[in-house]
Amino acid sequence: MGTPARTVRASESTAAVVAEEVTRVLPGAVATTLVESVDLVIGAGEFVAITGPSGSGKSSLLYLLGLLDRPTSGRILLEGRDTGAFGRDEAAAFRLSRIGFVFQFHFLLPEFTVMENVMIPLRRLSGRAHGRLAVRAQDILESLGIAALRDRRPDQLSGGERQRAAIARALANDPPIVLADEPTGNLDSHNADLVFSILGELAAKEGRTVIAVTHDAALAARAGRRVGLVDGRIVADSGPSV
Amino acid sequence: MAFPWRLIVGIAFTHIRGRTRQTALSILGVATGVGFAIAMAGLMEGSQSDFISRIVDSTPHVVVKDEFRDPPLQPVARRHAGAAIALRGVKPKEELRGIRNPRPKLAALDALPGVAAAPILRGQVVLRYGGKEVAASLIGIEPKRERRVSQVESDMIAGTLDSLYGAANGIILGRSLARKLAAEMGSTLSVTSPAGVMLKMKVVGLVDSGIVSLDEGTSYALLKKVQVLLERPNIVNEIRLRLDDVTAARAIAHRVETRIGYKSESWEEANEGILETFAIRNIIIYTVVSGILIVAAFGIFNIVSTITFEKAHDIAILKSLGFRESDIRALFLFEGLLMGGVGTLLGWGLGYALCRILGTVHIQIRPGAEAMALPVIYAPAHYLIAAAAALSAAAIAGYLPARRAARLNPVDIIRGAT
Ligand SMILES: Nc1ncnc2c1ncn2[C@@H]1O[C@H](COP(=O)(O)OP(=O)(O)O)[C@@H](O)[C@H]1O
Ligand SMILES: [Mg+2]
Repeated sequence: MGTPARTVRASESTAAVVAEEVTRVLPGAVATTLVESVDLVIGAGEFVAITGPSGSGKSSLLYLLGLLDRPTSGRILLEGRDTGAFGRDEAAAFRLSRIGFVFQFHFLLPEFTVMENVMIPLRRLSGRAHGRLAVRAQDILESLGIAALRDRRPDQLSGGERQRAAIARALANDPPIVLADEPTGNLDSHNADLVFSILGELAAKEGRTVIAVTHDAALAARAGRRVGLVDGRIVADSGPSV
Repeated sequence: MAFPWRLIVGIAFTHIRGRTRQTALSILGVATGVGFAIAMAGLMEGSQSDFISRIVDSTPHVVVKDEFRDPPLQPVARRHAGAAIALRGVKPKEELRGIRNPRPKLAALDALPGVAAAPILRGQVVLRYGGKEVAASLIGIEPKRERRVSQVESDMIAGTLDSLYGAANGIILGRSLARKLAAEMGSTLSVTSPAGVMLKMKVVGLVDSGIVSLDEGTSYALLKKVQVLLERPNIVNEIRLRLDDVTAARAIAHRVETRIGYKSESWEEANEGILETFAIRNIIIYTVVSGILIVAAFGIFNIVSTITFEKAHDIAILKSLGFRESDIRALFLFEGLLMGGVGTLLGWGLGYALCRILGTVHIQIRPGAEAMALPVIYAPAHYLIAAAAALSAAAIAGYLPARRAARLNPVDIIRGAT
């Protein structure tokens, strides 16, 4: 047991995302274990697909890695920093600048246009002039092929367009880590394909670390690495790809 | 990472824009509270200061009376201070009331800075003219001093105070008193005192103070004549003071009393009952206005709470994007303050308008009397106090739901959606 743990530690300094013995138990009359003893080292620039049956703890793991939740035990290191020591504001600041989140449901702010949705994290992070932030937002929309939709509100978009807008917002502050929870879950196969390709390019072309949950085996096969979860435990890992 | 005010404000406006009618109602609630607070304060303070200035204009500021606040101790009690003493068969000494030998006291009072003093001696007399007989009070004055402390002279509709020096025995009558006697300027009355002294006196002036009950029972003559008539030489029963600084009345009354011993009453003390009534009235009004503001605050609390419930998703999204709890708190606190602020501005307008309208209302207190405009004052302090109260209420009403919203755990909401 001692030897593998040391191997994990050796690669920690260069890894983007590290989970060490991460367990999350929901307290209650009957305690529920969402994630159990997860060890995972993901290098910068990897594109990892997390698969598993419904209820296997994929979302729970992603929330832990994205600092939206805290493990009951174990450690999570992001870009070499131990996030267990983060206060709430520190975790928020880290999410704002270093992590991009994409959810199964687009989760755009309904009263704001696509452009405004992308501008919100930009403006929260940066004191820079509105105009220069708008240029950055426009660039992102163009790279995702939705610049023409910039002034539409979410309810005026198709499912695929919404999910691309959500990716645009996740990328606003140029985060090195992108976490996507079943981003293609509500899309037809054409759009699912498109969105998954975009995520792949974020890793391949832009060097971001992308972790995407999917239960579509065909899509998962296109990722550089596949991690399988069952009952909150890792049951399969195709191994580091970078 | 500077605080993104404009972003927060922008999001707040979006939230509020989605519910114009509810927002308008909350704002109207605040505006009503602020408006009525201002109007009530203006009217209350206006009528109060109007009343006080009437008192201050028409009555002496301090009256030195021919009595003592505490009855004099029996000589034996003075010898054995604090002892238990039983006395039997004490007969009250026949003591003539009055301030004896007032000259030096008047001089001393006049020497105080900002103080003018005038003595009076008042007695009950019977006036007879043409077979009519009326009992009235006769006030002995010194015209030179009197005009410095009272407005009798300005109330005169015929003659002057100095006319008292013109005739051998001059008397000035209240207008209604003259009417009762059917006497006119130049009529000669016979005036009889309880001491049995009778003087023939000539009417040299008429006074109309505006208060009928006062005028039908009051007459004035020279102090010296009244002292003769009442057989009280060199005695007065009141020294009245008028002050340059009305607010110093209490302090000066106290000083005079400790100096010369006689009970000295400031206008505040003399009108204590009325001033107390004012205080009670103010408490009632401010309680009512606070009630309006509290109801308005409930309106704000309600709407901000509703928004935080409806926008739970937005809160979860913003937090997952990296917004801090303090951002979320600021967002909803701002929404509360925004409604409070807009309501306050409208309330200022409403308050001013109400004051203007109230100012045009005339009320008639006595039939036949001149209608009086409601005295309304315009004080910036009222506007600021009302605004501070409304904004504090709005801040609390916004803060409570804001704090709860900020604590929301985004994972709970995101899970709920999936
Ligand atoms: N708030 C909760 N209370 C009780 N059980 C929960 C709660 N949230 C999640 N679970 C359970 O935890 C397990 C893991 O959930 P989740 O991470 O959403 O799985 P997945 O994303 O793989 O479908 C599931 O069995 C789910 O029912
Ligand atoms: Mg899930």
